Amino acid sequence: MFARILTSALFAGAAAGVVAAILQFMFVQPVLLHAELYEAGDLVHFGAEPVSAIQALPGFEPTRDLLSVMFTMLIYCGYALAVIALMSVAQERGAKITPTNGMIWGVAGFVAAHLAPGFSLAPEVPGVAAADVTLRQMWFFPTVAAAALAMWLLAFYRNAVGIAVAVVLLLAPHVIGAPEPDTFTGPVPTEIAALFASRALGVGLAVWVVLGALCAHFWATEAKDA
Amino acid sequence: MTTTTATVSLTRSKSAMIPAFFALVLGVGVLVLAGHVQAAALHDAAHDVRHATGFPCH
Repeated sequence: MFARILTSALFAGAAAGVVAAILQFMFVQPVLLHAELYEAGDLVHFGAEPVSAIQALPGFEPTRDLLSVMFTMLIYCGYALAVIALMSVAQERGAKITPTNGMIWGVAGFVAAHLAPGFSLAPEVPGVAAADVTLRQMWFFPTVAAAALAMWLLAFYRNAVGIAVAVVLLLAPHVIGAPEPDTFTGPVPTEIAALFASRALGVGLAVWVVLGALCAHFWATEAKDA
Repeated sequence: MTTTTATVSLTRSKSAMIPAFFALVLGVGVLVLAGHVQAAALHDAAHDVRHATGFPCH
């Protein structure tokens, strides 16, 4: 059983990781590199001269970009392990796992891992002002865990109590509030930061849907081979 | 007879829970290591991905 989870998660995670890397290089990385020109001080927002919104960006950097591909694949393998572990439990309890409803698993995973924390801690472009990283992590992890539990409740305990607890779990972290910086000192134009946040979330949703479908697919194929 | 069936299904569901639990722990471990540990080497290598995935980076 463990081997089956591990094998299918590695296939699904690696494949989704490649999709994520491609989408991030196309849509997220250029925004990040643009922001870094302001972070590093090469460009100054509201300086003496207006700055063109179109800038020449650094091209392919082998070490940096290949490391990014590797870590993207690792991160999505981590997600795949968690998703397939939960799929195996759901299946044991009578749920059907197919690539089609795997896409819904993907949307739920996106809400838990990406949208819920991003609702109060928006994906950060380099150079933004933010509270201490440890404090943000201390808020981030419980928020993801609470949202994941809420998704499970909405999927499998859809009665008044289940839904009520799920709503509380989804809202509580944002009512309590995420750690925020004392002052806003970010040198990056808001236009770039806003584009970065929506691109990061959009790519996250696309890849999570692919990941959910792939997890369900490989979970089923590994069963036939076993 | 009923007791036997109950025991069998309990054992089955327990035996499914344990590998799932360890896979979940392994997955979270990979995510923490690749996405959140602040050690300089890991942070620099994963920098762009951490930003693009919406993790708190630095």
